[in-house]
Amino acid sequence: MTLDDILTALFPDGHEVRNDKGVLLGSATLRSGDSMLVLGVADRTALGVDEAIRLSDHVLRSIGRDSGPILVLVDSDSQRMSKRDELLGLNEFLAHLAKVLIHADLNGRPTIGLLYGHSAAGALLATGLATRVLVGLPGADPAVMDLPSMAKVTKLSMEALEEKAKSTPVFAPGLSNLAQMGAVHMTWSHAAPLADQLEALLADMPVARDGRDALGKARGGRLKAVEIAERVRDLALQAR
Amino acid sequence: MSAPLKDITPAERARSTSFYEASARTRLELLLDAGSFVEFIGPEQREVSPHLKIFDLPEQFDDGIVVGRGRLDGSPVFVAAQEGRFMGGAFGEVHGAKLTGLIRAARQIGSIPVLILFDTGGVRLQEANAGELAIAEIMRAVMEARSAGVKVIGLIGGRSGCYGGGGLIAGCCSALAVSEPGRIAVSGPEVIETNRGVEEFDSRDRALVWRTMGGKHRRLLGAADVFADDNVQDFREAALELLELVGPFGLDALKAEQERLADRLRRLSACSDAVDIWTAEGIAHAETVPELPADQFIALADRTGRTSRDAR
Repeated sequence: MTLDDILTALFPDGHEVRNDKGVLLGSATLRSGDSMLVLGVADRTALGVDEAIRLSDHVLRSIGRDSGPILVLVDSDSQRMSKRDELLGLNEFLAHLAKVLIHADLNGRPTIGLLYGHSAAGALLATGLATRVLVGLPGADPAVMDLPSMAKVTKLSMEALEEKAKSTPVFAPGLSNLAQMGAVHMTWSHAAPLADQLEALLADMPVARDGRDALGKARGGRLKAVEIAERVRDLALQAR
Repeated sequence: MSAPLKDITPAERARSTSFYEASARTRLELLLDAGSFVEFIGPEQREVSPHLKIFDLPEQFDDGIVVGRGRLDGSPVFVAAQEGRFMGGAFGEVHGAKLTGLIRAARQIGSIPVLILFDTGGVRLQEANAGELAIAEIMRAVMEARSAGVKVIGLIGGRSGCYGGGGLIAGCCSALAVSEPGRIAVSGPEVIETNRGVEEFDSRDRALVWRTMGGKHRRLLGAADVFADDNVQDFREAALELLELVGPFGLDALKAEQERLADRLRRLSACSDAVDIWTAEGIAHAETVPELPADQFIALADRTGRTSRDAR
């Protein structure tokens, strides 16, 4: 499915989402007639300082002016790897975008990420992983780290890595691995209208509480994280 | 402890100990009030990474991070210190979950600040998905804690710097202190060179690395509000200063950050090197900045450096 197909399928009542050099900005109409703010990264564009500042601006302008949920569409490259972006403080720009999304989510503007293509590393942290619910579309191919880079660092062959990846979701790329870890909450189906699946999620949004570690445990992908975090929290609470 | 050391006060010992060279445990011991540190899930509990054995890699009993509570000038603080000498301080499942749990507790209590001593290359490749997700959870936890009134201070001066997702967590903190060797970036020099070629970034050019990602540049840009000399006592004093300085977090801070970063792009977008940026910021003889000793640099930064106060 192309981005246009996805947008049309998500919002049969219409949308005004523009794609400017891979930066998606706009809004769409939900069945209720309410509006949904839409932003994102398309065409496997790298997320650099110039893209991030426009995305955060779009959300900040909407806060206080509009109401309703926020959709973050993701088909990105990694963060833009360049001297210029790092010189200008890319970590601050990516963090700022994530902070704005988290703030919106905590303050009455529930956020949904829709991973419909690629994404990686810092770009995923600043977009999809900064939303309350991250949804995957079949065919999405996120890769926190790609296997060739991993082969280089670990000095293992691609074959050896692929063999190891069969027994654990913990390092290898792919939507199902991220789902098993608890990062991707659900995967939608192309068999049903996307609009129905979006409306069903909006009608039954989970509370704004980060339960990804518990989800990862329930799915068998991250067995220790939730227990370790809870033990540390309990010990720390005794400091009161 | 050997005899000649016994008359040295903790402050003197902290002053003479390089933050860069020290281990995570030594940093905490000397940063906090003497004897006040209590660790949560210490190495004796052997909570190691469940994933490293897949790669036949050695585990460490604390998974490369020390978390706990202590006192700073008598006041309670939560602390986390990454050990850059184990797997480059990288985030794995257990490593990250310890920090997440600590920050969630701070959020629940609301009044005890968190100090994070970053020393990390980012996501631990061997457990990349777990590490990436841990970073996302920590970012969320930091923002929830700050929204509840908690101050989260980052201290950056370790040998692994603060790279990858560590740089994003640092960007979520209420304030940062950084020393000259404390580099902050998303993509590391080798990563840029591997992906874009040596013409884009020569990772062996150490001077280029320091001036592009190092503490002096981050302080002048306003990414970090305090520049610390490379010793633990200076970081202790920086932490105390930042705890005083940090104001409340809310929408206004995010709007101010938007303006601060957009303004940076408007002013500096065309600069191709840190020296160009420092010159554009009005620093005379900007090419000498890397050689300036700490005291002279701090005086310069206080005069001409930007700040992110109430705008992050």
